[in-house]
Amino acid sequence: MALKASNIKVGDTHEAVVVENLTRTQLVMYSGASGDYNPLHSDEIFATKVGGYPTVFAHGMLSMGMTGRMLTDWVGDGRLTKFGVRFVSQVFPGDNLTAKATVEALREENGEQLVDLALSTVNQDGREVVSGSATARVDP
Amino acid sequence: MAVERFPVEASHIMMFARSVGDPNPIYHDEDYAKGAEPGGIIAPPTFVQASSQYDPDAALRPKPGQPWFGSGREPSGTPRGGGGGGGGTGLHAEQHFEYHRHLHPGDVLSAKTRPGKSWEREGRRAGKLKFSETITEYFDQNGELVITARSVGVQTERVVEQA
Repeated sequence: MALKASNIKVGDTHEAVVVENLTRTQLVMYSGASGDYNPLHSDEIFATKVGGYPTVFAHGMLSMGMTGRMLTDWVGDGRLTKFGVRFVSQVFPGDNLTAKATVEALREENGEQLVDLALSTVNQDGREVVSGSATARVDP
Repeated sequence: MAVERFPVEASHIMMFARSVGDPNPIYHDEDYAKGAEPGGIIAPPTFVQASSQYDPDAALRPKPGQPWFGSGREPSGTPRGGGGGGGGTGLHAEQHFEYHRHLHPGDVLSAKTRPGKSWEREGRRAGKLKFSETITEYFDQNGELVITARSVGVQTERVVEQA
């Protein structure tokens, strides 16, 4: 089900919990599926002794992918025309992430109804880990 | 990154969707997907990042017979290139996608990559930051542009301080 322009207005928000207690195993799953095998994301010994980090941490693209789930669950499948993010803070095993979209504008372009969204994903401490924006086609 | 042929396959889409924790049947259930708006299985919005699986030179994939910088007998198998010292490291700063259409299993993509802008600034938590942009255009089997990706990488002077 796609989002309808008539059901939303500027300032409306939608949010969803996209992961609770992020596991190291999920980081391994993401490494395998994406092909990003950087040991900083899966190799505790490398991440701590060589990298100097407190433990392994999530691929930025995993946080973006999880943020994308909130987005596609809300706007509908195959509706995104743009999706961009900035990786603001690192995401670690054990984190809970909540992703939020805020309606910035409703507009028409080439006969299509579009919604512009601001995106923010925060961890359990309320610290922003991903900020971004997206545009999606919506029904009238 | 040079990816000449990236076949988009159903099992890869399913595994990728699982890895981001997305159970949406549009990514794995063909019968459901046929009746849904896209008319078939599509790939999640960040899926093209997996094109590195089809990059013969992908630096972040261990290759048989070649040294790998992750741990084995020692914490690191090989010194990392680029110097830097102080534990500084290359990190992903930004990623942007523009979708001209969404991907289906059976699509065969090719990617053209070019460098974009580069800039520097002083960071609060990791010393001097060197940013560089890469633009990748993904074309389908008919030569149509399907996704434009813009990636920003950052080389940090030292490890990012944790608050």
